Amino acid sequence: MEHLELFFKSIFVDNMVFAYFLGMCSYLAVSKKVSTAVGLGAAVIFVLTVTVPLNWLLDQYILQEGALTWLGPEFADYDLSFLSFILFIATIATMVQLVEIVVEKFSPSLYNSLGIFLPLIAVNCAILGGSLFMQSRDIASFDLALNYGFSSGIGWFLAIVAIAAIREKIRYSNVPAPLRGLGITFIITGLMAIGFMSFGGMLTGGDEETPTLDSNPENIGIQSGDTPINNTEKETAQIEVSKLTQQ
Amino acid sequence: MGLKQKLHTLKEKYKGTKMAPAFNALHTFLYLPNETTHGGTHIKVADDLKRTMNIVIMALVPCLIFGMFNAGYQHYAALDSTLRNAPLENFFTWDNFIMGCWTVLPLVIVSYGVGLLIEFIFAVIKGHEVEEGYLVTGMLVPLIVPVDIPLWMLAVAVAFGVVIGKEVFGGTGMNILNPALTIRAFLFFAYPTWMSGDKVWVHGAVERQKEILAGANVDAISGETILGSYAQNQEVVYSLWDMFWGFIPGSVGETSKLLIIVGAFILIFTKIGSWRIIFSTLVGALVMGLIFNGVVSAGWIGESSKFFGLMNVPFWQHLIIGSILFGAVYMATDPVTASQTNKGKWIYGFLIGFISILIRVFNPAYPEGVFLAILLMNVFAPTIDHYVIQGNIKRRAKRLKVKTA
Repeated sequence: MEHLELFFKSIFVDNMVFAYFLGMCSYLAVSKKVSTAVGLGAAVIFVLTVTVPLNWLLDQYILQEGALTWLGPEFADYDLSFLSFILFIATIATMVQLVEIVVEKFSPSLYNSLGIFLPLIAVNCAILGGSLFMQSRDIASFDLALNYGFSSGIGWFLAIVAIAAIREKIRYSNVPAPLRGLGITFIITGLMAIGFMSFGGMLTGGDEETPTLDSNPENIGIQSGDTPINNTEKETAQIEVSKLTQQ
Repeated sequence: MGLKQKLHTLKEKYKGTKMAPAFNALHTFLYLPNETTHGGTHIKVADDLKRTMNIVIMALVPCLIFGMFNAGYQHYAALDSTLRNAPLENFFTWDNFIMGCWTVLPLVIVSYGVGLLIEFIFAVIKGHEVEEGYLVTGMLVPLIVPVDIPLWMLAVAVAFGVVIGKEVFGGTGMNILNPALTIRAFLFFAYPTWMSGDKVWVHGAVERQKEILAGANVDAISGETILGSYAQNQEVVYSLWDMFWGFIPGSVGETSKLLIIVGAFILIFTKIGSWRIIFSTLVGALVMGLIFNGVVSAGWIGESSKFFGLMNVPFWQHLIIGSILFGAVYMATDPVTASQTNKGKWIYGFLIGFISILIRVFNPAYPEGVFLAILLMNVFAPTIDHYVIQGNIKRRAKRLKVKTA
């Protein structure tokens, strides 16, 4: 059940592209054709599935506070988490290179179809983002980390395939000249994110504040309490907000 | 003939200038154009874009008129609850209709006014003919908003929906998301307090609430929607027939299921709406409802759960509460943003129904998920089409190989 929930959540609710806008560079650049998008998406799924559990091991046994206890009791109060960026990115880069070499050796056809994508992925922020989210969300076990990497990869895959299909569809649309190319792609991404907001707040059970409410400046004002709104307004707003969260 | 003649001379006068599309649009809107095409072979069909749009509008008008009566009825019934004992006698009254006109007509006027203004401006800038695309959107928008929404919000949302949702893609027929739903989503996410809750669905309830907060000694008006009551595990006060006829609070046009079904038959008969999408949407909703009923009867979820109220709704009742029927008939069938292939339409519709009920039950942040489910599937419609077409190509290529071998 925990696995299922995490799987659904990382594909739809916390979608890498539409909830956090990560990995945008390759997402925008390599989404002109569905077939190439599928290739890149598959590569991202693969790399995320490999690197997130690997980085989980690193995090658990080297980086976290007290993670080095297995070396001996004198290492118990070491906290190496300031190294996580460097170590994570190093893992990702080595893994990608390793995968590239192995794939080139054993399956040249797959290597050719992936082409430039594999090296590109090393600098895709969705990959590093996956590892860092894994760290900050305290993913509890190795198999959950595996699940998390795989399912956020699928979320990214869905996003890039969908936008590639849309871009193929609007290829002959009469888009205003200044917006052609990247401009319209940005707008499409925004609109797609609206579609994906249907899942925002799902599975939280309504106890947490939903992202939609957070993004409402009125409510942010209430939380921080530093905006000068008078008391009655504040009260009505709070009543309305509590109504909303009830629903 | 005075006006027509004048328009004709104006058209001649401004021919080739920037303002020409505006006059052309007025002319074709009011009269049949008297030009004929020259040269080449042309196929003349009766159902051009304008006629298609008009048929959809005709299918929507019953919902609009009913919505006007309902706006008045909900207002008066909230003040005097004895009216609800005999809804049929108290529904079609002049008082209700006048109240409805007073609240609903401004929505229609603002929606058409702002939307068409933007269409005209874009046509003049880009120098093409004004397209009829906004006619249906402009009619749909007032039908899917709460009756008490402030008009400036509606104007802002319409401007956003028409410019970002449609014009940047090149106008009618090019958009990827349904413009009416883009407008609805913009309103929902930008002004959530005006789009959900128990106050906005009945005219006067918000003002009454303000008076109470200011210290006035009056009763509060409450217009809880059925989904709202279910989500809070409360008793629903409306009977099933009330839900079917539409004597319930809700967005302006979504309440009367009977009239939506009539509209569905108009659309299907004229082949403008795809029966595949409508049918498969309803099937998807029923399947999801059945799954949830199964979960309840298997005892996996207790009465204390906050999802219990909605999960326990008998699966077929999901179709007559909320706006799933309205969405399936008028929104999902939008020929531009839906799947284009027949097989794709089945998948597209099924997933809309499925996800609608999923959001309705599972997402506590959103009381109704139909419009979001349709937007989501609009996003994926090109992907579905792509794979359906690729599948067809592969199958035929295989057949070709067998033949030639």
